[in-house]
Amino acid sequence: MSDLKKLKIDTMADFSARGEEPEILFWVGCAGSFDARAQKVSVAFVKILNEVGINFAILGNEESCTGDPARRAGNEFVFQMTALQNIETLNMYKVKKIVTACPHCFNTLKNEYPALGGNYDVIHHTQLLQELINDGRIKMKEGGVFKGKRITYHDSCYLGRVNGVYEAPRKVLEQLDSELVEMKRCKTNGLCCGAGGAQMFKEDEPGDKRINIERIEEAMEVNPDIVAVNCPFCLTMMTDGVKAKEKQEDVMVYDLAELIVQNNGI
Amino acid sequence: MIGQIAFILVLLITGGIAFKKYSTLRRNILLGKDEEISGDTGERIKNVVLIAFGQKKMFKRFIPALFHFFIYAAFMLTQIELIEIMIDGIFGTHRFFRNGLGGFYTFLISFIEILSVLALVATFIFLARRNLLKTPRLHMDEMSGWPKLDANLILIGELILVTCIFTMNGTDEVMHRNAGQGSYGFAISSGLGPAIFGGMSSGTLHVLERVGWWGHILMVFGFILYLPFSKHLHILLAFPNVFYSKLTSRGEMKNMPSIMNEVKSMMGLVEEDPNANQGEMEELPKFGANDIFDLSWKNILDAYTCTECGRCSSVCPANITGKKLSPRKIMMDVRDRAEEIGNNLDTNNLECVKEDKKEGTTKLTPDIYDDGKTLFDYISNEELHACTTCNACVEACPVTIDPLDIILQLRRHEILDLAAGPSDWTPMFTAIENGGAVWQMSDDRDKWTKE
Repeated sequence: MSDLKKLKIDTMADFSARGEEPEILFWVGCAGSFDARAQKVSVAFVKILNEVGINFAILGNEESCTGDPARRAGNEFVFQMTALQNIETLNMYKVKKIVTACPHCFNTLKNEYPALGGNYDVIHHTQLLQELINDGRIKMKEGGVFKGKRITYHDSCYLGRVNGVYEAPRKVLEQLDSELVEMKRCKTNGLCCGAGGAQMFKEDEPGDKRINIERIEEAMEVNPDIVAVNCPFCLTMMTDGVKAKEKQEDVMVYDLAELIVQNNGI
Repeated sequence: MIGQIAFILVLLITGGIAFKKYSTLRRNILLGKDEEISGDTGERIKNVVLIAFGQKKMFKRFIPALFHFFIYAAFMLTQIELIEIMIDGIFGTHRFFRNGLGGFYTFLISFIEILSVLALVATFIFLARRNLLKTPRLHMDEMSGWPKLDANLILIGELILVTCIFTMNGTDEVMHRNAGQGSYGFAISSGLGPAIFGGMSSGTLHVLERVGWWGHILMVFGFILYLPFSKHLHILLAFPNVFYSKLTSRGEMKNMPSIMNEVKSMMGLVEEDPNANQGEMEELPKFGANDIFDLSWKNILDAYTCTECGRCSSVCPANITGKKLSPRKIMMDVRDRAEEIGNNLDTNNLECVKEDKKEGTTKLTPDIYDDGKTLFDYISNEELHACTTCNACVEACPVTIDPLDIILQLRRHEILDLAAGPSDWTPMFTAIENGGAVWQMSDDRDKWTKE
């Protein structure tokens, strides 16, 4: 990742030291920070932010897990510890606006932190990307690498069904010079990838099939070249599903930010 | 006159039993904890109009929704006819509304007749779907035995009811004509009546008309008394259940202020609380839910409202892939457990008094209830652990039941009170607690920005 040198990524501490405030905080999340595949999404998103000149910051080492998986597993103590710590940090820096590429972080920051004293304007990166396209700040190159490709979009539960964001990601995908094909179960009926509710961190319960296999089989029915996702955990699950079907040569799984970066050659 | 006395007696007896049974039902629902219902009443009413009356969520699956709508519409409109039957029954009148309403009465009864025919068609289709087509969601494990019989009994009851209506109207039509008063002009029975009952003697006609009339009203009374034992309670409870459904985001799990405050004080974040325990040792708090008493009354209302349609389970990713979890079963288990506790309370089963309260206790009350069982005797850990919290069940329910809320409260109990739960989760908890990340990492969190 040598091109990282060219990227400008400041922390809240950097801004604070300069006596400045960023426009927006990019909440990276555990997956975006540590998972090798999701790191690429973080980099892609940062490239876009740099490209359009958005003055953003990350918390860096001051960021902790939002606590979503702990809370959904039932461990309210661990959730409260990490959440209250985060809120302390966010409030100390007087953060007002947050963008994140993880729908679980998005949901917890947006819907659960207020009851704990953390009130922020939280958006998901696909919403920001749509805004930037609408405002003409991102101009999609025509006849890009996706020309003539079939893309299917997998709704994550926590962006879609839980928070009702179905259109923004689709609007972004429609800007690519490609064909957007819907799976049978989409939008409100979208099928989970199998990672939510802290399933990501445990073995499956006994059953006939893994959930990501069920989902990838459904995706395969529409013969996509690309499965587009908006969540680092869906990204893992769908990628594993594609591998299990030995289709990794034919089907790529990408986050929306990566698709924009590739299309525009950023 | 004898008819009137008989009718009033039946009415009073039905009313009495119904009052007792529905009071018990209310008591069972209120075994749950108090839950504050906040938010805009206007929005709640809007939900009742759209989702309960308008059946908006049913129509996500058009064909069953359409046939269900026939039965629903027939049921709703028949209420008008029932008022007339009540008046006729008590005062010995015959078609009391007819004189006052005139042509509109003919229209109304015709409309009810047409809907009754549509309901009849729907009933046959539903019977076929349940018993011949074997629709998967109607044949999961939890549906064997009583739930299946219950569903069929209601459909058969519906058939008898509609038969009674047409026997009543058909024979009445023939008698009306025979008396030289011409046809009633009702859409179905003015043709159907003479075709079936045309040649019968006036005595037979009179008996059949009474059979139809009494059969109709007795089926209705029977239905009212049967409902509390049946999944069909939804015809009443769907309305309050939709009204009381939460308006806040689906994504927000209920906060646990007791834990929040304890963590705050651990972190030195808390302002002094004047109401804090003043030296007295409080009883160790219980976290999450392991029984009806810890759930909220809304959770139990959800359970009694469940029609066992299985839309939740048919979209549950865990269930689809062969895991043990079925959101519908969670709801049925909660209801069955509430019934079990309710029955013990009703029979004053002193076996169920808490061990240390047994001496001298002559009355079983909810606060001293302990039958040695919990909801975990109904719902296994394996079911709870299979949930991805994807909200598909919540989205699918036509009457806004929230199985996920119950699953998460049980998970909280398992983790916080029993210190149990999947061992795979322990490293994740530890990693968050010690390192602020879901994985135990040796790298810095911002390493990705520097490589």
